[in-house]
Amino acid sequence: MSALRILVPVKRVIDYASKRALVTNTGNFSWQVKPRVNKAQTAVETAGVKHSMNPFDELSVEESVRIREKKRYPPGVEDICVVSAGPPKSQDILRTAMAMGADRAVHVEAKEGDEMEPLAVAKMLRALVDQEKSNLVILGKQSIDDDAAQTGPMLAGLLGWPQATQASEVAFEGDSVLVTKEVDGGVETVKAKLPMVITTDLRLNEPRYASLPNIMKAKKKPLVKISLSDLGVANERRLKVVKVTEPAPRQGGGKVEDVDGMVSKLKELGAL
Amino acid sequence: MACRSRLAPVLRRAGASGLIKAANPTARASLTALRCIATSPPRQFRASGSRHAKFTSDAYPDIKRDARFSEITADHVAFFKDLLGRETALIDGVTGEVAADDMEPYNGDWMRKYRGHCKLVLKPGSTQEGGNTGLVGGSVPVFDEIVINTSRMNQIHSFDDVSGILVADAGVVLEVADQYLAEKGYIFPLDLGAKGSCHIGGNVATNAGGLRLLRYGSLHGTVLGIEAVLPDGTIVDDLGKLRKNNTGYDLKQLFIGGEGTIGMIAKVSIQCPQRSHAVNVAFLAGESYEKIQQVFREAKSQLGEILSAFELMDLKSQQLVQKVRSSNSPLEGEHPFYCLIETSGSNSEHDNEKLEKFLEDVMTKEIITDGVLAQDETQLRSLWSQREGIPECLGHWGGVYKYDLSIPLQDLYKLVEDVREKIDAAGLRGDSDEFPVVDVVGYGHMGDSNLHLNVAVRRYDKRVEQVLEPFVYEWIAKVSGSISAEHGLGLAKKNYIGYSRSETMVALMKQIKNLYDPNGIMNPYKYV
Repeated sequence: MSALRILVPVKRVIDYASKRALVTNTGNFSWQVKPRVNKAQTAVETAGVKHSMNPFDELSVEESVRIREKKRYPPGVEDICVVSAGPPKSQDILRTAMAMGADRAVHVEAKEGDEMEPLAVAKMLRALVDQEKSNLVILGKQSIDDDAAQTGPMLAGLLGWPQATQASEVAFEGDSVLVTKEVDGGVETVKAKLPMVITTDLRLNEPRYASLPNIMKAKKKPLVKISLSDLGVANERRLKVVKVTEPAPRQGGGKVEDVDGMVSKLKELGAL
Repeated sequence: MACRSRLAPVLRRAGASGLIKAANPTARASLTALRCIATSPPRQFRASGSRHAKFTSDAYPDIKRDARFSEITADHVAFFKDLLGRETALIDGVTGEVAADDMEPYNGDWMRKYRGHCKLVLKPGSTQEGGNTGLVGGSVPVFDEIVINTSRMNQIHSFDDVSGILVADAGVVLEVADQYLAEKGYIFPLDLGAKGSCHIGGNVATNAGGLRLLRYGSLHGTVLGIEAVLPDGTIVDDLGKLRKNNTGYDLKQLFIGGEGTIGMIAKVSIQCPQRSHAVNVAFLAGESYEKIQQVFREAKSQLGEILSAFELMDLKSQQLVQKVRSSNSPLEGEHPFYCLIETSGSNSEHDNEKLEKFLEDVMTKEIITDGVLAQDETQLRSLWSQREGIPECLGHWGGVYKYDLSIPLQDLYKLVEDVREKIDAAGLRGDSDEFPVVDVVGYGHMGDSNLHLNVAVRRYDKRVEQVLEPFVYEWIAKVSGSISAEHGLGLAKKNYIGYSRSETMVALMKQIKNLYDPNGIMNPYKYV
């Protein structure tokens, strides 16, 4: 059994908390304004909106670091490599991942607004798995911007590896991995041999804060910049975005004076 | 304009009816007291609510009902019903149409420390819940005063996109005003824990301070004008929108922090700053209060204009928050002191560079022992909640004695140590139910030299009060501090004003009170 070489893909997305910025509860404050659809109705306006690491990817980084720290896999963890494709700003989240405990980072450079479809991302990751000699890929079950939830399964398909999706617990047994996921009315545990692909779900762990000493150390960890063509992958696009629209504004509720008022209102609406 | 027709008549015509004979000091027997701070049902985090609090009139037997005021009768209720023209504009506990439960929210505060005998609530002018979030009993009736609730006066009148000046009714909820401004790229220059329920009129009347006073200054500076109603019905129309106006006395300042004792604020115009796009929060640990002071010095010199908050928390306060929430500290291990630093600016690259340099510097110089930097909005909020959640978590065991004090920075934390020592010497603090005191904690707006000394208790106990008072006030007088930095006087601190203000100053205040409210009907039994 050889030690683990974990590849963790991470994506820079619009900050999850700023998405619900205007519906905060008492005691919370928010500086951010809710993201809007652009004028041409082709995408969500990203300029001036706060970005951070996709929350599912944070779980992947945290889990990889915990496998190492808690010595869950006896041969050990040799390498935790994070990778992100995107504009120069993507390096911020790579540094965050390294501050959380990843060893090094690969930045696949792309222009601002150069979106990749899940299949292109999966092909890119396959090339990286070959290059980095990874034997375990842990990635978020979906990114919260596109919500495609396809990259993990496509990557497993391209590599011909077993996959376990929506992990809420990851354990090791010899050279096998036991992955538990939540299903209707309980949990389901599957077992597969390495190498494999695991996608993460929210209940898996609680990501740590990046501590100052680790943020400082992360600045000195290696970050390699490459391009998509270096990996021999082209950014093919098969889908055309026809239109993006905002949900219809919510209708405000009404208040009634008393029970009689409520009953007549319900009758009026045909509920009674 | 809308509010003139709603509020002023309540006061003016009440006078005409003989209920309040404000202009005629001889007809005192028919006066009824009016209490005029924005109030409505408080947030309650326990179902038991204010029902379990003692009546304030029983807890403070020294306060006698003013014989000048008449008891509220059914005639009074009929008069106000007629005046306001709507059944829902009034909650009537006099003629017995309303269950006692409906009146309770107006008779209590969120800490369950004060409870009044109010029988009539007036709501001049839409319906929304909110208010009664005060900490010194300033907004809760003592006897059977009439409560005027501004929650139906909740319109935002205008906003100037260039100057950033907002004009709004007193009953607008702070968070609503702030969200309105957020859409326009501006921010309300006040932020505090109760923002989801407090009204801006009440904020101005109490001159609330909050989390970002360090950056935006006090409401005495940001409020440009107010419209208020005096007890005799006179409308004080000073709703100016000018930053500079040196023409005569600046009378609106009397209403800011006046706690509704000389008039009731109906509208406010306020200067709002630009909202910052780049916000960062760091949570740091230090081994002593001296080290935290050093961090503050360094933060001011290295972060300069982007520093927007500097908050202090001691270990005890954090331990209690963790215990109540069953959560973990953002930092590993335990540290004697924590501070939260927030920066806000317009350019995130510029801010990040400054902040990282600063953090690296204080880390390598070993001024701090550990720290974390929020990497996203979720972490940013959760770090803030470590500080903002303290007051609510401390209430978990039953009650809290709260002191909101201004103290010269170098002595700030000494008071907490001294009080803890005294409480321990009296044998009042312990882990089991027989001890009234859970713990003595200190936290606060260090950037403004403002300490919150809180004593979390399992029950309110005279022995604890005897240890605390007048000890705390004498201690404050010795260091020339203030016994109320941002919470006001209300009922709780009324008798202690002498520790922070000279006799001459108090006499001058009384003159002003008598000038505008000769019959003493506005928020009686409170303030001066």
